[in-house]
Amino acid sequence: MSEGYSILVDTSKCTACRGCQMACKQWNQLPATETKNWGSYQNPQDLSAVTWKLVRFADGANGDGKPYWYFFTDQCRHCLSPGCMAAAEKEEIVQDEKTGAVLFTPKTKDLDFEATLDGCPYNIPRQDPKTKVLFKCTMCLDRITNNQIPACVKSCPTGTLKFGERDKILEIAKKRVEELKKADPKAAALNADDVRVIFVVRDDPKKYYQHAAGK
Amino acid sequence: MTNHWVDLRNSDCLLIMGSNAAENHPISMRWIMQAKENGAKVISVDPRYTRTSAISDYYAALRSGTDIAFLGGMINYILEKNKYFKEYVENYTNASYIVGDKYDFNDGLFSGYNKEARKYDASNWAFRRDDKGVPEKDPTYQNPRCVLQLLKNHYSRYTPEKVSEITGTPVEDLLNVYEMYSSSGTRDRAGSVLYALGWTHHTTGTQIIRTSAIVQLLLGNIGIAGGGINALRGQPNVQGSTDGCLLFNIIPGYLKVPRSSQQTLEVYLKENTPKTAEPQSANWYQNTPKYMVSLLKTWFGDKAIKENDFGYAWVPKADDGKTYSWLDMCDVMYSGKINGMFIWSQNPAGSHPNTNKVVKALTNLEWLVHANIFNNETASFWHGPGLDPKKIKTEVFLLPAACSVEREGSLSNSGRLAQWRFKAAEPPGKATPDGDMVYRLVRKLKELYKKEGGKCPEPILNLQWDYGDDKGKFDPHKAAMETNGYFLKDVTLKDPTGKDVNFKKGDLVPTFGFLQADGSTSCGNWLYCASYTNAGNMMARRGKEDPTGLGLFPNWAWCWPVNRRIIYNRASCDPSGQPWNPKRAILKWEGGKWVGDVPDGPWPPMSDKEKGKLPFIMKPDGVAFLYGPGMVDGPFPEHYEPYENPLGMNPMSGQVSNPAFKIFKSDMDKVASGDPNFPFVCSTNGLAEHWCSGAFTRWQPWLLEAQPELFVEISPQLAGEISVKNGDQVKVASIRGEVECVAMVTPRIRPFKIAGKTIHQVAMPYAFGWLIPKSDKNYSTNLLTPAVGDANTMCPEYKGFMVNVKKV
Repeated sequence: MSEGYSILVDTSKCTACRGCQMACKQWNQLPATETKNWGSYQNPQDLSAVTWKLVRFADGANGDGKPYWYFFTDQCRHCLSPGCMAAAEKEEIVQDEKTGAVLFTPKTKDLDFEATLDGCPYNIPRQDPKTKVLFKCTMCLDRITNNQIPACVKSCPTGTLKFGERDKILEIAKKRVEELKKADPKAAALNADDVRVIFVVRDDPKKYYQHAAGK
Repeated sequence: MTNHWVDLRNSDCLLIMGSNAAENHPISMRWIMQAKENGAKVISVDPRYTRTSAISDYYAALRSGTDIAFLGGMINYILEKNKYFKEYVENYTNASYIVGDKYDFNDGLFSGYNKEARKYDASNWAFRRDDKGVPEKDPTYQNPRCVLQLLKNHYSRYTPEKVSEITGTPVEDLLNVYEMYSSSGTRDRAGSVLYALGWTHHTTGTQIIRTSAIVQLLLGNIGIAGGGINALRGQPNVQGSTDGCLLFNIIPGYLKVPRSSQQTLEVYLKENTPKTAEPQSANWYQNTPKYMVSLLKTWFGDKAIKENDFGYAWVPKADDGKTYSWLDMCDVMYSGKINGMFIWSQNPAGSHPNTNKVVKALTNLEWLVHANIFNNETASFWHGPGLDPKKIKTEVFLLPAACSVEREGSLSNSGRLAQWRFKAAEPPGKATPDGDMVYRLVRKLKELYKKEGGKCPEPILNLQWDYGDDKGKFDPHKAAMETNGYFLKDVTLKDPTGKDVNFKKGDLVPTFGFLQADGSTSCGNWLYCASYTNAGNMMARRGKEDPTGLGLFPNWAWCWPVNRRIIYNRASCDPSGQPWNPKRAILKWEGGKWVGDVPDGPWPPMSDKEKGKLPFIMKPDGVAFLYGPGMVDGPFPEHYEPYENPLGMNPMSGQVSNPAFKIFKSDMDKVASGDPNFPFVCSTNGLAEHWCSGAFTRWQPWLLEAQPELFVEISPQLAGEISVKNGDQVKVASIRGEVECVAMVTPRIRPFKIAGKTIHQVAMPYAFGWLIPKSDKNYSTNLLTPAVGDANTMCPEYKGFMVNVKKV
């Protein structure tokens, strides 16, 4: 299905304020974990059963010695043809028809986690070590079916995150890439035809995050 | 801000310097991104490549504490390349004024310096005036003593090479920034300066901001849409509390604090009411007597009468020449001369410099009352790391405060916008709004003084203090109305057009133009007059109309002064009142009146030689100051090294540091300049995830999860030199203290070439402590910082001091 909703993540406007990461935890009432500073602003270090949205920080120096710092607010892409569903048989993972949201149900505890993770090009699914249930972003299904935009989008102060009908978001993404290309020839909307959460980047996606454009 | 948040979107070029806006004022980025979409360029200048730098179009690194050199070089560039906005400079600044013969500058020192007192006699810097008192001018700029020539002369020393030697910024980066930013010096382009604590936290802080003011005036960027000098203030009402006299040198509305030599109201008003002989100057502060007397009427009500100087004698006086900042108070407390203290809404044991001294000073108190929404390192100082509670005599009372959404009231943001905030939830338990605490405390004091008497009871007994509701609790509406001010008797006054207007006793004053010096009006803060009128609470308005299309939103809440969204806005027009840039016209003189934003005064533009007025109405002579003889440390900003500096010398002059800041001399105020034991420059910074010292936010598990502990950002080069890897535990030490933390090795920070030597810069947030998360070690970065402040404001030098970093 190609109708339903999409989220635009225009990373060229992201300042890594992490409002989205907090809003996700707050709306979904996910607990905090105990973390240590590991030499990065990025914390928790990775997605988990209780962290469905994570701002990844990647810094380095370009060829001319000038620094860069890229921010990648990682989350489930809600693929049109979700790879994670390949291993699912009995509605462990479902795709909501109206919105297009890909949803992990409690039945995911019966799935082969490694196989499900393998099926996801973006390294998203995570397992609760105790209950074995798998978790990830729900596109805030409980909000978007009640005339509310996703919590992360609601919290975004800069206009990085936008939510709307898929065709409109696609159009905005394409237009934005055209604008960015004037200064950044590598600008792209990552896998826009395959995913509902469309990341716009200005540079090689691997500089943002290893799996930004898929494995 | 001279402008306001939404207006950032109108800019063509934004210089973000002394500010990490993305991190500390995230909402600014909504408007900055819109400006970028319209083609604006963003420049980020910072010792570190920050989250702000990450979205900038151009980044330049500079060593902490060298902003005046960087901007002084820009002044030199603008003048040398003839990039300044000539009509603006000619008409609206003091460029043509002739400076008197006593002004001189030699090897880092201005004339009139007294080395013993560390003070200047600023009378040496006065303008030359004719026998009527009008400043002498040379509009041809031929006179070598005119401001423009002196300015050129002063900043000709700030060549790109010299600036680079001081700041460590490559010459190419300097020139690129200068070129990009000075492109805003034309009538159709606007440049905006955004700064915050990165500028104020220096012994030269005020002069850094002055340097930016000179740049903005030369480029014609003050008073226009998309321009201005925009101080990004703290979220929890820093702007409002400053307006309301948070600081020791002012009383509400930025009126000067009375000094002990000013024993009568007459003397106070004489010394604080500026005069001008300039025929076209509005000299707005000539209204000081109206504002002061109305304030005294608010404080003392019916007890304030003409015969008793409206109660002026009951107002506490500050000793002449003495400062009363936190640094001073802490020093006096440390010497054992303060027995008890109220500390409200701050965490000095985490957020104030030289924390070891702060904590030692707190142990000298017999009692401490602290109000906050959570416990913090200040309220709990007595059981902090290294202290034995049994040996501490201080009795601490921690009052639980209601948080912002649990109380009603006004909040003023950086754009001077006072927005009424409504109560969303009841405070938990016995938590109480701060206003209610103060209100009830003073009621109790009045009761006790009445019953028991005491020394000098009049100031307390005569206070009007009637802001209570029918249950005896603080009523924010009553306080807001008193702040606005009332007519105290029936009067007939003239409006600006000369028409009679009648007011009844008890009417709220519609605007400060009607305030009187005869005791017939009250007003708690003249700047807030018009915020709460007979028409209602203007701060609670939520109109979304935008008639100019420039984002002024005049019916959304209310801003001081008189709902003027951009101050000095008459400077956005040429002398005949036509906008410099018709595409972004916030104001226009049309059909005998101003159309657009609320103008800076009703008078016609200055080309009307009879009734017209100059646009810089808060300056006695009506023009903006390129040359500023009102500062304590010189009429032109000059580069001085931070108090603690890497070289022990100043590449610019023989005067190492600012000659006019106050030096504290206790045994705990040590300093180490050019000391090989402390070779690295350190600066402190805020974090998006924590609020200031983290006293609120470390209690919030999600925020603590995102930013869990103290770290120091160091360059890969320094990491190599001291054999530290990313994520290693290190010890950072200054001569005053030490702290352990995690090393974050990143190419976002780099070594500088300063005067031929490699100087490393490191940076640390100051959001951590020991109470939460609980630890037997103190993770306050301010254990390291020196307790020394800006020469004009006493704001501490948190940005630029010397440390060592070693692997643990």
